[in-house]
Amino acid sequence: MSAPYDVESGDAVHPGHPVQVDRYTVGARINHWITAISLILLAISGLALFHPSLFFLTGLFGGGQMTRTLHPWIGVVLFFSFTGMFFRFWKANLWKSEDGTWMRRIRDVIAGHEEKLPELGKYNAGQKLVFWGMSFLIVVLIASGVVIWNAYFSTFTSIGQQRVALLVHAVAAVAIICVWIIHVYAAIWVKGTISAMTRGQVTGGWAWRHHRKWLRELVSRKPPGNSGTRGTPAE
Amino acid sequence: MFPPIPNPPVTATPAKLGDNDLIRRSASNLRVPVEFKEPVAKLIDVSKCIGCKACQAACLEWNELHEEIGTFNGSYTNPPDLTENSLTLMRFTEWVNPETDNLEWLIRKDGCMHCADPGCLKACPAPGAIVQYSNGIVDFDHDKCIGCGYCVKGCPFNIPRISKTDHKAYKCTLCSDRVAVGQGPACQKACPTQAIVFGTKAQMKEWAEGRITDLKSRGYKNAGLYDPPGVGGTHVMYVLQHADQPSLYAGLPDNPRISRIVEAWKGVTKYVGLGVIGFAAVAGALHYLVAGANKVTPEDEANAEKLTGGGRS
Ligand code: HEM
Ligand code: SF4
Ligand code: SF4
Repeated sequence: MSAPYDVESGDAVHPGHPVQVDRYTVGARINHWITAISLILLAISGLALFHPSLFFLTGLFGGGQMTRTLHPWIGVVLFFSFTGMFFRFWKANLWKSEDGTWMRRIRDVIAGHEEKLPELGKYNAGQKLVFWGMSFLIVVLIASGVVIWNAYFSTFTSIGQQRVALLVHAVAAVAIICVWIIHVYAAIWVKGTISAMTRGQVTGGWAWRHHRKWLRELVSRKPPGNSGTRGTPAE
Repeated sequence: MFPPIPNPPVTATPAKLGDNDLIRRSASNLRVPVEFKEPVAKLIDVSKCIGCKACQAACLEWNELHEEIGTFNGSYTNPPDLTENSLTLMRFTEWVNPETDNLEWLIRKDGCMHCADPGCLKACPAPGAIVQYSNGIVDFDHDKCIGCGYCVKGCPFNIPRISKTDHKAYKCTLCSDRVAVGQGPACQKACPTQAIVFGTKAQMKEWAEGRITDLKSRGYKNAGLYDPPGVGGTHVMYVLQHADQPSLYAGLPDNPRISRIVEAWKGVTKYVGLGVIGFAAVAGALHYLVAGANKVTPEDEANAEKLTGGGRS
């Protein structure tokens, strides 16, 4: 077996009709949803303080004081949860030569002309950019967030530093919300993607269409017919 | 002597400061028509202060606050910093004037300056937690405060303090409750030397002129009024012997103004930020409408089945 190109542990193909491909383990999915829920709660509670017109959102958290108290703690959950995801996924998100080609043909990506794109591994360049963008922004957000966490950390930095941290935190929050919108939109636009994070599986057709290199590698790794332990839909 | 403010009548007096007197309200658009009140000011004449701290005690007493018993740390400044209870603090500076070689004891009563352009109010995210009355008083409404500490970062004078017990912001109110019924602030009333006087801002400027002329005649050629224009002027002003160097007085800012970083954070970041987020969402929706869903075709499935060898071709 050749060194895995970017196959992750738990990835497997189950021949059948249709072919099913294991994409995320239960652990990865739990990890993903804790991260996702924290990020959404952080965006809502943060935006409530970001602009007066959104202050009413504090009602969802039990008022302004509660929103202010909870937000940084959810941030801590997000940070540790995302750190787990980072170590799960970083390898498969390393930049490859076809990613540059993909980026150059972004028009075809947007138009949905996937036949004009190179064959891709487990992630395309857009997904990789989302991954690295999130990683970078979460580090920026936790670092700046701790500096402006008044209840516990106000005495560790000067007011001048805290002002900078507030600006950085607000800008990084806007950026991560945009990255999140792109991420969620891509999952909605590309049909068949969401099951990867709900049931952990995608269809073979989905993998063929969007991540053919990954599928080929999975197939070559696993002799056909020798399906995994998970139940395959009967033919 | 500045004519003292007469004692209040014993009959109940209706408060003269209400919601109709607000000219600014944090995180809100004010639509109420404002009837403007005469701007008030407190004038603190540093050259007259004897450092007795009667004002500091009066402040605690009027506001029913108690300061923790602290430790002595080498200075008369006690407690060492403003706290959520000590809304005002006498800061003592020993300074040798290089021109005269005299030791000068500069005693500045620190506390909220009641800026005409209040950084605290502009930074506050909670609607109505900070208000500014048309007479110039900047006041905190603790019921609405969420304890985020943004006011601390917004203030150019490092004044608000967040309580460790109830997590709300505290600072000098300029005794808005007393002023509302025609009284002056408690500190002013307690001051035995009239180093603190209170009246309309115009009166206070005029009174300061007389004091400055007097100080100049005694050799303090740089005596002057501290009413910093960078924050639109303040409703607490100082007469300083050395008005050319305000920072001598325990770090009083020479040229205070709302930090540009705070302005960028509360200004352009908000509009551009919401705009960019909105744009991303709309662009996604439009793309879906124009390009349609990216669907897996039956051929894709067939190809996958062929590849895995398990399908029917
Ligand atoms: C990663 C750990 C994070 C920490 C420790 C943290 C901490 C904080 C703190 C302390 C505040 C000030 C308000 C308060 O005291 O509650 C704040 C504000 C805010 N946070 Fe976070 N945060 C984190 C992550 C995030 C994330 C992921 C987002 C966006 C999705 C976000 C969006 C915001 C926004 C929009 C504000 C308001 C900024 C403003 O008023 O301009 N934060 N955060
Ligand atoms: S701590 Fe209170 S008064 Fe200060 S900015 Fe936050 S909500 Fe406003
Ligand atoms: S001195 Fe600080 S707390 Fe007082 S009004 Fe000015 S900005 Fe607000």
